[in-house]
Amino acid sequence: MSAPATPEYDLDEEFTTKRSTVQRIQMTLHRYPWLSSLVVLVAVIIVFGLVNERFLLPNTISLMIQQTVIVGTLAIAQTLIILTAGIDLSIGAIMIFGQMLMANFAVYTTASNVLPIAGQNPIIAIILGIMAATAAGAVNGFLIVRFNLPPFIVTLGTWSVFMGLTLILFKARTIQGPEMPETMKFMGESFPVGPFNFSFGVVTMFVLYLLFAWILKNTAWGTHVYAVGDDPVAAQLTGINTKRVLFSVYLVAGVVMGIAAWITIGRVGSASPNVDPMLNLQTITAVVIGGTSLFGGRGAVIGSLIGAMIVNAVEMGLSLAGVDQAYRTTAIGLLVILAVGVDQWIRKVKQ
Amino acid sequence: MTEPIVKGRNLVKRFGSVTGLNHADFDLYPGEVLAVIGDNGAGKSTLIKCFAGAHTPDEGQMWVEGKEVAFKSTHEAREHGVETVFQTLAVAPALDISANLYLGRELRKPGILGKVFRTLDKKRMRKESGEHLQDLGIMTVQNITQSVETLSGGQRQAVSVARAAAFGSQVIILDEPTAALGVRESAKVLNLIQDLRKRGISVILISHNMPQVFEVADRIHVQRLGHRAAVITPKTHSMNDAVAIMTGALQVPESEQTLGPVNVPV
Repeated sequence: MSAPATPEYDLDEEFTTKRSTVQRIQMTLHRYPWLSSLVVLVAVIIVFGLVNERFLLPNTISLMIQQTVIVGTLAIAQTLIILTAGIDLSIGAIMIFGQMLMANFAVYTTASNVLPIAGQNPIIAIILGIMAATAAGAVNGFLIVRFNLPPFIVTLGTWSVFMGLTLILFKARTIQGPEMPETMKFMGESFPVGPFNFSFGVVTMFVLYLLFAWILKNTAWGTHVYAVGDDPVAAQLTGINTKRVLFSVYLVAGVVMGIAAWITIGRVGSASPNVDPMLNLQTITAVVIGGTSLFGGRGAVIGSLIGAMIVNAVEMGLSLAGVDQAYRTTAIGLLVILAVGVDQWIRKVKQ
Repeated sequence: MTEPIVKGRNLVKRFGSVTGLNHADFDLYPGEVLAVIGDNGAGKSTLIKCFAGAHTPDEGQMWVEGKEVAFKSTHEAREHGVETVFQTLAVAPALDISANLYLGRELRKPGILGKVFRTLDKKRMRKESGEHLQDLGIMTVQNITQSVETLSGGQRQAVSVARAAAFGSQVIILDEPTAALGVRESAKVLNLIQDLRKRGISVILISHNMPQVFEVADRIHVQRLGHRAAVITPKTHSMNDAVAIMTGALQVPESEQTLGPVNVPV
């Protein structure tokens, strides 16, 4: 048969069009959304460093990184969930639940008569705590996947449920540091690295970030997490088991929350049910400032670490400059809105 | 006589009180381009979604290559060599071209890295995606990591078609591939269809566009009120006839239809 009568079409030409500089910047940010937050972090450090020399002291920097550790670790879990276009409001409550379970298992107290097998080996206690957080994550995932409920509502509910369960089971009693075996507080122990001071919790957080960055980039599961968040219908039509992917994300997020629970005991030095009621919102702030889109399918875990650090650096910098807490809170709020604005701009990349 | 590569008999699909398919028959012969036309609600999409694995028929039987099949997912249909380019294209806009081509069937690295750590073989996926696109006359070797949302409608269609053609499939279903495209881009897609046919792949083309259907199709399956009203060819019937069959104004006796295979030009 002779060549088709239709004229030659040059699809190559369309695939290799030239772009202007602004478009190039937009394209680059589009591919690496956390780049803009890295620029912001560097700018923040330079500005506050110039304003107050104490800001750049190794002690201050070590403290800032250690202060990031709880929100930073939880933000990994939040990032995974937000990548699937979900959201987790129960993140802090689950972490506290796991933390209190861990501490109560490790310490024999007369108050914890609901836990007759308390006074366990701390390693077992920690494993049980992580398993409890994983199960809690699985509950979220099950409700969302099985009954098609919106993640916002499910986790709003489980937030209260796990808060309540913690108070019922553990009698709202704070377990003080000296009561606990050393292993429970291991994550808070620090060691010098040059002029800096790192805790094992900080190291664990960094390792988790590297691990999840690698998994998301280099495994099929990672690709599927992005695909499900991007367009769930398309993902399903290409043969991805979207329900399984979604469920696994909430399950894995639960594991991370469990590890964060152990880190929190180390960082705070005790196990209290009233750590910080705003943890869930703080993780969302870190994720959003880190360039991950709330609409799903776009972003990277590494951005959330940068986001958490930006929040901390701004807080620390303003507080060193003697700015009142109320203004600091306002500044963080404006930062979030700015971050979402940048996200919208980046998403507009079209030819 | 040549056996159909895809065959359906007495297919029924109901959605609540609405009947999408009402005892529909279907035959696709190897190597042909079969167009499926019909008015809105005639059951074109429902029909092909059964073969694509997106719907499961309530009654009736389906065969692929002579084997009876009952697809529960698009994945199962793919395993039998039936690939579908959905009207929505089913691409993940934020992922790059090669990730989209291999979505749901990613390649892993050989050895421990792939088996234990489940590492993706991105290099190979990129290289082979480039080759697949090149096979269809689209050169993207430098831009294979470009995200799909930065592509134009025609390019996305090309990526979707390349994905369907890439995996040694024998049947490709195209659902309204030109509905959202301009004249120039539509022509490209029609070219792609002819390319597929040259490679021996059987194509099912759902379209509203009569001139396009009459340009590329070997046979035309006219769907009406949930069943097959007639099968004609561009040689035996005119566009007006096709419209008349679609609306019920014309009934074609079986002796005047083309239910068997036509001589497929190679």
